[in-house]
Amino acid sequence: MSAKARTRRSNFLIDVALFFICVALLLPLIMLIANAFKTPAEMLQWPPTLLPRNPTLDNFVTVFTETPLLRWMFNSFAFASLSMIAIVATSALAGYIVAKFPFRSINVIFILFLTTAIIPFEVYMIPLYFQVKALGFLNSITGLLIGYLVMSFGIFLIRQNVIASIPDELLEAARIDGAGEFWIFTHIVLPLLRGPLAALAVLAFFQAWTAFAWPIITLTRKTAFTIEVGLANFQSAYTVELSLLSAASAAVMVPSVLAFVLLRRNFVEGIAASGMKE
Amino acid sequence: MLRRKKFLFAILAIIPTFVIFGWVRMFPIIETLRLSMYDWNLLSKNKTFVGFSNFSQLFRDDQFLDALTNTAIIAFGAMAVTIPVSMALAGVIYHRTRSRFAGFYETAVFIPHVVSLVPAAMAWKWIFDAKLGPLNAIIMSLGGEAQAWLFDPVLSVICIILLVSWQTLGYAVLIYLVGFRNLPKSVYEAARLDGASGIQSFLFMSVPLLKPITLYVSVVTLISGFNVYAQAYVLASDTQGAPGRLVRVLVLDMLENSFQNFRVGYAAAEAVILLSIVLVLTAVQFSLLRQKGGN
Repeated sequence: MSAKARTRRSNFLIDVALFFICVALLLPLIMLIANAFKTPAEMLQWPPTLLPRNPTLDNFVTVFTETPLLRWMFNSFAFASLSMIAIVATSALAGYIVAKFPFRSINVIFILFLTTAIIPFEVYMIPLYFQVKALGFLNSITGLLIGYLVMSFGIFLIRQNVIASIPDELLEAARIDGAGEFWIFTHIVLPLLRGPLAALAVLAFFQAWTAFAWPIITLTRKTAFTIEVGLANFQSAYTVELSLLSAASAAVMVPSVLAFVLLRRNFVEGIAASGMKE
Repeated sequence: MLRRKKFLFAILAIIPTFVIFGWVRMFPIIETLRLSMYDWNLLSKNKTFVGFSNFSQLFRDDQFLDALTNTAIIAFGAMAVTIPVSMALAGVIYHRTRSRFAGFYETAVFIPHVVSLVPAAMAWKWIFDAKLGPLNAIIMSLGGEAQAWLFDPVLSVICIILLVSWQTLGYAVLIYLVGFRNLPKSVYEAARLDGASGIQSFLFMSVPLLKPITLYVSVVTLISGFNVYAQAYVLASDTQGAPGRLVRVLVLDMLENSFQNFRVGYAAAEAVILLSIVLVLTAVQFSLLRQKGGN
């Protein structure tokens, strides 16, 4: 009985400690949001305040009316959605093929996909920039997209799931019944891959949404910026008021955090799978 | 006949993806390798083959060496912070899996990993701000001396390490949580019956059992650390738009050489060095894993 009480007490203490750690980890973001509601005068106060004394929406009004923030958010959203569609489509089809069609040429192609997986984007983004430039796609969502059309890990993820959850017998039975290969893919394979495809979709969307280096080199025109580029230039190019910057950052951050909280299961599944590569 | 049909379908279905891969991955990767051997001034049309001279120049270039050192310090520093903290945190969260707040813990730890880099870095920039930031306010209220966090070459590297670790932590915790869930439960039961405390079984069982995961997370953290850019761009840029003067990192130096100094071949050589670092790290990971498997 006393041992039980002791475990319960230690568990309670662990919960309290964990709670404080979690709040501490979120504190920078909480403070950013708080800053967004402060007046410029309060931002300059010493010592800094944690919560705004006279909360105001002025910063948001200024940011949305005087900067192309909405435009930037739209650009990011369009880029991330299109990239997600492209990655899910190519990964689903290619992942299924490399899993279930063990021809030698297919295996060679799969190995090529895998070897490029470990090479970071930063290594080859400069030549890719010249390719995009030659096509005249700088400062456009198309240009951005060219860097984010495929994901080696996505192909790998789908392949693993196909191997684990789709038995050969099922496909053979469909073939014997006279089903065409493409029909099998769309009507049997895809429905069985709903879970991993959702996880991949969330992963791909967030990857493009938070992209930084590639957008910053391909985008130079203010109207073409994604939010990451817009905010980065916003903060370095002008001597801008901190409260405005915080408002812009908060406006961008809150929806993506909410989206993450809603889609957490999918996200966690995708990331957890990335750890199981070996 | 059926085999032929299957083969035809497989090839037709994979060709679009393969073509895209060739176009946006393999070609630029090969181009990077090729350009690293050329002297190509962006403003002129002709490229001259120079062999390895870009590389030998790089190792005499103070800015590059500075960038390489900073990047390595940031990468290893972030790893040194992330690994122990995330492992301990994941252990405790796993221990409280049945707690009502388990979902909250997982979400809270992971949020810093999913928020966009620039807004997150902005939050930290304010915290570190010498004249307005809460960090100095706390230090001074405790009787310490205010520091110019982002204007001191050593302190600003520490700030970047903190920011990078804060962002990587959630990812690492998640991978460790998967690891903890896959550990054999019976061993822990046995240890508990033998009177091992929670901390003892964490140190003497979980830590060694999780070695493959630690290895994986270390390499991932190191590789992403070597590609650090946005964090340095936001934290260590001065207000007049000259980013990264204070903390020069590899990607920044590479982009500057390519797009401001117009030395594309030289920048490609830097990319090749980045690539070699990544390949060496991956090779080390694999050989360590294989050694383990052999035992």
